[in-house]
Amino acid sequence: MSIIAEHGQLLLILACLFGFFMAWGVGANDVANAMGTSVGAKALTIKQAILIAMLFEFCGAYLAGGEVTETIRKGIIDPAFVADSPDLLVFGMLSSLLAAGVWLFVASMMGWPVSTTHSIVGALVGFAAVGIDSDAVVWSKVGQIVASWVVSPVMAGTISFGIFLSAQRLILNTQNPFEAAKKYIPYYLFLVGFMIAMVTMTKGLKHLGLGLNFQQCMGYSVIAGIIVAGIGQLFLRRIKDTPSADGRFRFASVERMFAVLMVFTACAMAFAHGSNDVANAIGPVAAIVSVVQSGGVIGAKSALPSWILLVGAGGIVFGLATYGFKVIATVGTKITELTPSRGFAAELGAASTVVIASATGLPISTTHTLVGAVLGVGLARGIAALNLSVIRNIFMSWIITLPAGAGLAIVFFFIFKAIFL
Amino acid sequence: MPLNSLGNLFGKSPFEPIQEHMKQAQACAAALKPFIDAVLADDWVLAEKAQQVIVDLENEADKLKKQVRLQLPNNLFLPVPRADLLDLVSMQDRIANCSKDIAGLMLGRKMQIPPSLAAALSEYVILAIATSAQAMKAIEELDELLETGFRGREVSLVETLIEELDRLEHSADKLQIDIRGSLYEIERDLPPVDVMFLYQTISLIGELSDKSQKVGSRLQIVIAR
Repeated sequence: MSIIAEHGQLLLILACLFGFFMAWGVGANDVANAMGTSVGAKALTIKQAILIAMLFEFCGAYLAGGEVTETIRKGIIDPAFVADSPDLLVFGMLSSLLAAGVWLFVASMMGWPVSTTHSIVGALVGFAAVGIDSDAVVWSKVGQIVASWVVSPVMAGTISFGIFLSAQRLILNTQNPFEAAKKYIPYYLFLVGFMIAMVTMTKGLKHLGLGLNFQQCMGYSVIAGIIVAGIGQLFLRRIKDTPSADGRFRFASVERMFAVLMVFTACAMAFAHGSNDVANAIGPVAAIVSVVQSGGVIGAKSALPSWILLVGAGGIVFGLATYGFKVIATVGTKITELTPSRGFAAELGAASTVVIASATGLPISTTHTLVGAVLGVGLARGIAALNLSVIRNIFMSWIITLPAGAGLAIVFFFIFKAIFL
Repeated sequence: MPLNSLGNLFGKSPFEPIQEHMKQAQACAAALKPFIDAVLADDWVLAEKAQQVIVDLENEADKLKKQVRLQLPNNLFLPVPRADLLDLVSMQDRIANCSKDIAGLMLGRKMQIPPSLAAALSEYVILAIATSAQAMKAIEELDELLETGFRGREVSLVETLIEELDRLEHSADKLQIDIRGSLYEIERDLPPVDVMFLYQTISLIGELSDKSQKVGSRLQIVIAR
């Protein structure tokens, strides 16, 4: 107890620093996967992608990130086990942050496939199981989270498969695809607006003190969908059906229509990413802050202070600005085979899945979800060539990242203990 | 920074290179026209130049073919079977090879065409080139086929193109029978060895249409499901 009183200020500063470092990693690395699809499909320039990422990652984190933050903060570790020694929880959270941050940094420098989510979950489980007690880990919750890592790519793939088939049936395989695109793309736009608004209002706005019932949420979401469709319509109207210069590829104008749609699905993707991944960085910070500020009481019911979200959002923006733009460019150049009519389906499938996971409080990997979504479009015979060895990479990243995150967290945990106790 | 599951997920599309290769093969066939004109005009300096053009084009086609094959490693997940695509490319390549063989044989023997056959032979070559052009037209639909997921309207469109290709090949067949008939009429008055090779040239030109038609049937296998 005395340690928290003595070093409270220092611990807070460390927490913010590590949280910021972790968020920097998310911005530098993770965001690139969320935005790279749109850049690769040439629906967005890199500058636009970064602006959208900054805005919508923040919105996602602030409006819909609460549930996942709660899970990271107190869902994985049983508060009962650390009630008598809140200092251990603080050190554990600090070491988890540092471990995940360091591991992400090292792995991305080496070019290994890793995931922020897996690093932080591995780190939390690691320090709790070894540093406190193996029963301190809420294994049922961990099992649920791990299951969601398998379920989320499959679900995203199924959704994007269906969306792409519908786009084929309604637009691409018709007499006049351009007119069909004009007619049906607004419905997809509506879907994007509705989905984001619905999740935000049912799950996110609670902490802002806006209690809405289901009917109200439904109503406002429909309005949001209509507004999004309306804005999209303004852009769609400007596109003329001009046959491509050499008259060779007849779907060029249709693809330009889909590119408009993809700008919106990119926003949804950034929002979804923000709602899920920011929690990885700020969840532990939130836990430390609540312990320190309540003078060592764990599980004190306190709302998430908004300045913590600012630390997370700031770190992401900083990561984007210092390194992320380069990674977005690299990813973008590798994804040129993805055209907007495919990209929107993949992004919509992935974004829906991630947002639903965020609403349920499950930390999942945005990148893996997006991979699943792209494979879904591929199964609908939508993509020229997919490299299936990536699936092996995903499994590898689970196998490598979880123990690495856990191991590092355990090491840091004992170092912190040695320094402060 | 190589870290990227998502970036590595996308392989290079083989469809564009396949279209490029077909374009090259068709260019080879089309280059037969100036060559035959020179042969019929008995201008062997010009004919040699024209033959060299064909050889160069065929070399290019070979390079493109290799590139397509390298772009189709067996861990790729494609919307259509990989083996069918490889077959398609082999068949396209035979168009280029066949054009080179025709020019090589005629130039090597400084082949004299009997005046009574000249017009029909020229027409026959033009028809063979048209068949290969039609095959290219069908192959040029590959990117549209990919866009529509190899189903629906676009498949029917390609099927009509392939039907037209079959029709062209049948006309070429008929013309071949006529030319053989005409040659048979006059073969007694010509040096026997020359006649032998004339027959061979005629069947080589026939093969050019035949390979073009086969490109169409391979494409049909690619899209059929």
